[in-house]
Amino acid sequence: MDQILTNALGELLTPMTAAYALAAIGLAMHFGFTGLLNFGQAAYMLVGAYAFAMSTLAGLGLIPAILISFAASIVLSFILGIPTLRLRSDYLAIVTIAAAEIMRFIVSTTGLNDVTGGPQGLSGFARDFYAINPFPAGEYGFWAWTMDEKGLWVRVVAWSLVIIAALFVAKMIRSPWGRVIKGIREDEDAVRSLGKNVYSYKMQSLIIGGMLGTLAGIVFVLPRAVQPGNFGTGLTFFIWTILLLGGAATVLGPIIGSMIFWVLLSLTDGLLSAGVDSGVITFITQNQIGGIRFMLVGLGLMLLVIFRPQGIFGNKKELYFNG
Amino acid sequence: MANEIAKGKAEPGCAKVDPILVADNVVRQFGGLTAVDVKHVEIPRGQITALIGPNGAGKTTFFNLLTGFDKPNSGNWVFNGKELAGVPSFKVARLGMVRTFQLTKALSLLTVMENMRLGYQNQKGENPLAAMFRSVWKKQEQVITETANELLVRFKLDAKKDDFAASLSGGQRKLLEMARALMTKPTMIMLDEPMAGVNPALTQSLLDHIKDLKKEGMTVLFVEHDMHMVRHISDWVIVMAEGKIVAEGPPKEVMKNPAVIDAYLGAHHDSDLGSKKKAGK
Repeated sequence: MDQILTNALGELLTPMTAAYALAAIGLAMHFGFTGLLNFGQAAYMLVGAYAFAMSTLAGLGLIPAILISFAASIVLSFILGIPTLRLRSDYLAIVTIAAAEIMRFIVSTTGLNDVTGGPQGLSGFARDFYAINPFPAGEYGFWAWTMDEKGLWVRVVAWSLVIIAALFVAKMIRSPWGRVIKGIREDEDAVRSLGKNVYSYKMQSLIIGGMLGTLAGIVFVLPRAVQPGNFGTGLTFFIWTILLLGGAATVLGPIIGSMIFWVLLSLTDGLLSAGVDSGVITFITQNQIGGIRFMLVGLGLMLLVIFRPQGIFGNKKELYFNG
Repeated sequence: MANEIAKGKAEPGCAKVDPILVADNVVRQFGGLTAVDVKHVEIPRGQITALIGPNGAGKTTFFNLLTGFDKPNSGNWVFNGKELAGVPSFKVARLGMVRTFQLTKALSLLTVMENMRLGYQNQKGENPLAAMFRSVWKKQEQVITETANELLVRFKLDAKKDDFAASLSGGQRKLLEMARALMTKPTMIMLDEPMAGVNPALTQSLLDHIKDLKKEGMTVLFVEHDMHMVRHISDWVIVMAEGKIVAEGPPKEVMKNPAVIDAYLGAHHDSDLGSKKKAGK
């Protein structure tokens, strides 16, 4: 029982939780504040993961690798945005979800084995990152949060990035720039009639949110290998889940949403597994648990959307009005 | 009256003494339907001009074309000496021609104050690179807030300034939209049915606000169905029917024009349906 709890609470600080939080902050910029329906956040994460891994494996340093990832992310925003941002928002949704899948299939083709590693993906690219680890070898933390020096280093970096990203988005949103962005979410034509170049602002939002997704992709792969299978539509929808869980038009929401999501997933897994082992739960087997826990999480989310549609941190007042 | 505004006789497409907007051969077709087909029209500077006509006459479409919200099949128009055909809507607004909408577009989940601030032009803090640094735009933001406060007091919305725009009544939203348009400091303001859905108690204050715009030197062009309002505040009336301009003139005279009565009541309203001789169209 103690094991289940420590496993679940350990999820609070994992680099994975941080990566999902970062990606969800990017999506909050897109959907929560600008109203852009981006269903391809996985594509931005993929770009970050692959551009970073390929650059470092090619012998580039960490900083150039991150800059190349950002550049690739901006190119992706232009490719997605130029044809669609003049159209209604649903078109962006279709294009982004398709683009994400296209990119996943491209990087996993065996024809590109030498470049992207094909279906096996890439590994060994994070050596430079761990080489600059300032923490001496040893064991850190306590109780549910014990880790080695590598784990500490990646957590410190990941969560620092989350905090910086959250502060950055919060500042942007409270500026006159953020006012235009929120205005676009409410009514594009009204904002246009006030002399604002709506297309340009939507592109800016797509680029900024996309870069946060790219950063999330880098954080996501730091403690593991790059595997094309990780960047499927499931990833995008988990990020959407986290965003709606925390509250779409909030900055804190995506962070807490990500924590709750991973703790719940670990908790349901642990409890079901213990139940089956001890014979309390007899109608399912150990290898069905993986699927069942997602069903339970899905059910929980349905209840949340029905009873608290603004998310945990959303402003209830915003729901009194329907447009 | 006619002589102050128009050169010579008041007739469709007549030249004005001092036009601010001149449009030529503006045509917009939706499939086989020609919604707008304006040969020539001039809008007088510094006056309140009403654009009237029966439903489906093409008034709002013409509005959309002039302000860049829709693209015509052909035609060109000049505003304040600048060619506007093909210019996107946000640039039209920056040039000083600002519009409101028939279906009010209050930005619901922004506060009344934020709605107002959004209207101000050339904001430093709207640049994404400057937005992060509050010191860059803080001073300008104070000026914007002061301007907004003055307008809100004038439009009696100051008590509501921290509420979501969604919480305003229909009439208050019309007022907010007009006040927000004024934040852009326009030279010409185009109001699409400013009276639609406004309760009678607010009508008078809205009328006064529109008259004030003229006093401040702005040109006003508005679409309206309410004839009382048209007669009451407009200096000049342009009548559209079936996409064309069928009559122009000072309000009192234009209402007596047979073309206007035809447009509203039908050309055959007093002719025998049996005789098809006069059927022009």
